[in-house]
Amino acid sequence: MTKVEMTVNGKQVSRDVEGQTLLVSMLREDLRLTGTHVGCDTSQCGACVVHVNGKSVKACTMFAIEADGADIKTIEGMAGSDGSLSVIQSAFQEHHGLQCGFCTPGMVMTAANLLNDNPKPTEAEVRHYLQGNICRCTGYHNIVKAIMAASGQDVSAIAAE
Amino acid sequence: MPKDTGIGASTRRREDVRFLKGKGQYTDDIPPAHDQAAAVFARSTVANGVIKSIDTSVAESMPGVLAVFTGADFADVGGNPAGWLINSRDGEPMKEPKRPVLAHGKVRHVGDAYAAVIAETEKQARDAVEAIEADIEELPAIMDVKAALTSDNFVHDEIGTNQCFDWGWIEDNRRATDDAIKGAAHVTTLELVNNRLVPNAMEPRCSMASYKESSDEYTLHTTSQNPHLTRLLISAFVMGIPENKLTVIAPDVGGGFGSKIYHYGEEALVLAAAKRVGRTVKWTSDRTEAFLTDAHGRDHVTTIELATDAEGNFLAFRTETYANVGAYLSNFATATPTFLHGTLMAGNYTVPNVYVNVKAVFTNTAPVDAYRGAGRPEATYSLERVIDKCARELGMDPIALRRKNFIKPDQYPFASAAGLEYDSGNYDALMDKMEEVADVAGFAERRKASEAKGLLRGFGVNAYVEACGIAPSNLVGVLGSRVGLYDAATVRVNATGNLSVMVGAHSHGQGHETVFPQIVADMLGIDAQSIDIVHGDTSKIPFGMGTYGSRSLAVCGSAVVRATEKIIAKAKKIAGHMLEAAETDIELKDGQFSVVGTNKGVSFGEVALKAYIPHNFPIEDIEPGLEETAFYDPANFTFPSGAYCCEVEVDPDTGKVRVDRMTAVDDFGNVMNPMIVTGQVHGGLGQGIGQALLEAARYNEDGQLESASYMDYAMPRADDLPFYIVDHSQGTPCTHNPLGAKGCGEAGAIGSPPTVVNAVIDALQSGGKNVTHIDMPLTPHRVWSAMNNA
Repeated sequence: MTKVEMTVNGKQVSRDVEGQTLLVSMLREDLRLTGTHVGCDTSQCGACVVHVNGKSVKACTMFAIEADGADIKTIEGMAGSDGSLSVIQSAFQEHHGLQCGFCTPGMVMTAANLLNDNPKPTEAEVRHYLQGNICRCTGYHNIVKAIMAASGQDVSAIAAE
Repeated sequence: MPKDTGIGASTRRREDVRFLKGKGQYTDDIPPAHDQAAAVFARSTVANGVIKSIDTSVAESMPGVLAVFTGADFADVGGNPAGWLINSRDGEPMKEPKRPVLAHGKVRHVGDAYAAVIAETEKQARDAVEAIEADIEELPAIMDVKAALTSDNFVHDEIGTNQCFDWGWIEDNRRATDDAIKGAAHVTTLELVNNRLVPNAMEPRCSMASYKESSDEYTLHTTSQNPHLTRLLISAFVMGIPENKLTVIAPDVGGGFGSKIYHYGEEALVLAAAKRVGRTVKWTSDRTEAFLTDAHGRDHVTTIELATDAEGNFLAFRTETYANVGAYLSNFATATPTFLHGTLMAGNYTVPNVYVNVKAVFTNTAPVDAYRGAGRPEATYSLERVIDKCARELGMDPIALRRKNFIKPDQYPFASAAGLEYDSGNYDALMDKMEEVADVAGFAERRKASEAKGLLRGFGVNAYVEACGIAPSNLVGVLGSRVGLYDAATVRVNATGNLSVMVGAHSHGQGHETVFPQIVADMLGIDAQSIDIVHGDTSKIPFGMGTYGSRSLAVCGSAVVRATEKIIAKAKKIAGHMLEAAETDIELKDGQFSVVGTNKGVSFGEVALKAYIPHNFPIEDIEPGLEETAFYDPANFTFPSGAYCCEVEVDPDTGKVRVDRMTAVDDFGNVMNPMIVTGQVHGGLGQGIGQALLEAARYNEDGQLESASYMDYAMPRADDLPFYIVDHSQGTPCTHNPLGAKGCGEAGAIGSPPTVVNAVIDALQSGGKNVTHIDMPLTPHRVWSAMNNA
């Protein structure tokens, strides 16, 4: 067992973990932050995306001990302290960018990183950036639209209700 | 004018808030019980093999191991049954080999579980599974559906054949259909494969069971689209646990698409294990297991013929289909290629003769069952591909040929040549709208622009009709269903005027928590926020059949309406008593009960309170309380229909296809929440385009699934898909359910695959390549090869 310390959603945490423990397992099982999901075993689906020192990372591709000392943000840390949805979260609701909700945490975390890197992405840039996040419900239309709306762009020309 | 609330409003989804905050509670997210143990399965690495022996002694002695199960432990319990009895053309019932909890005697597909370890932790269970010594003698794998029928190597030795059934629909129409084809001026023939798909709900299956010895009660949390159906199967067929001793809970479920309709052996295993070891036992599928063991979809090999007269009037459709059902019969496996497929083979057309032959074949592959659309995509694909080919052969415009043969609006109710009675529709209006919103007139200009870039541009069109609102119990009973297909709702008005609505349908992305309150609020004239939906827990909800076949709104929504109507009737009685008026003089408007023609009234809330504080009640006439249940059994299927088109660009140098414009115009009848309906269509389109261009579950000749991960199975990603144009303004209400609703969940996946393929063929033809068909998925390699061999 190795002791790891990190900041998760602004709180200091410390746990003893085995060397083989993945960051996603520590988040879900030790810290009970189950909003981060596991949808595959090949680092393809993106349901487990979290921010590590401000960058989106698939938490299934990183050992917990590699995150020692890191600043981690998960989906549970995205809403305001009063519980209000962030701009990106609100845009997903407003534009129906989620259905079953399982891929949603990873989508939101990836989208946040995208808008941090590229505040006004084009449709093609959004679609390209989402390559590592699979959604089976939405056909991506409303996810792309929500992210563009969250960036402050006018999406009224993109067909929908 | 769009509405803000109630029926027809694009109300934003209330369930989104918890999902967006990471507060959803999927089965694997449930906090572990203090006594939780883990189950891990030992799965066959060969497709077909005789289990000579299984030595579990080492595994049993490993650290943390609590129990090891093998097939022998379940030899005395029942098999997981097929829900639908199909008779062959000769009247013989289908072959129905037992589907055991764990493989016993033989393993029949890669991934078939033959043992399971229960241990303190998942890691310990995994280690112990590795220590199980199974001596399995590998046999040649039975993979090809046609070869399987002449082989003397059987998936199930006890039935002595690999044919499950040889079904004819409608057998009495066979001769007339044959004669029509024989005498026709023109016959178009097409052989095609409807590619095998893996549903791939993003949440892998997960099942967790506990057992309470003091009361002999079991609780199963599981990823299910239909907890009552799962309980019924476990209770009545597999485990014999009385229903009043078994609670099945499907909490938040991360997508289903059909794959979570069925009862799987893992559910039975964790129940048995929970009792034996006296612990909570959980199994969580990993993605590889999901690929190997979730029921797959489609996998038809079909020959279809379309006979026409010289003017292009359809005279007959005749098909012969080999349907791969995999190694075992999953619960709806026999209904999907038959009554959800053959009955739709008249399509949107007045064609007088239809004959469908389906041979269902066992192979050493994962079970195949209903996947989004379930039989109807296969029917539409066959029909709309052969019609397109026919149009080309006759030199007719593909839209004009379809229109010429459409059922016209004044012909409803229309008895189709495939045995269904369509209640409503207007296919020309859908086609008109499609031509408008897709700007079909502008295609020629867009083609020029593509050609200027060195790309071939194709236009593809498609019409579909499907059968949803599954299903009238009377009818499906005659057709072989072993269950009824009603649904149920209980509306409970609480004393302070808020409502709990318990529904048999299960929401795993469809938005029931938002839509059902819209309906009830609209009927009662109250705020939807005061209404909550309860679903997914058999101890709380009435016996409903769950969510699949685009049935939640048309069937369960109708039950919600009926229960709410009963609430209104009783509330009027109570209001009449309170207002000293006859109940027949009471009207309900905007949440207020008033005496007609007076200003005397009481609010809905006051009536609710009175119901539970029944002082001064005429107890002989009115019971206390305000709670009503309705079971709704549909009178007929519903018949959503649509006109789709798409434009693709094909790169002639690489064969790469890009869908540039995709338009779906659907008739869903009345629409409750346009935003959600549009989202359902988007999702179906994504899956349909995925089937057309990307996805394939590929087994090699040894029965190894070569596409068993997201590295190998091409799931559609965001940059594979376009924005879609979706319209549902041309609805013709369903005539037989109270909402006039038809169902929208599967349409996109039904209408889009042939549209895409038709467009690619059109593109290649425009480039001078005489390619008339390419089997899905239309990968660059297949398209390039077709072009270069043409």
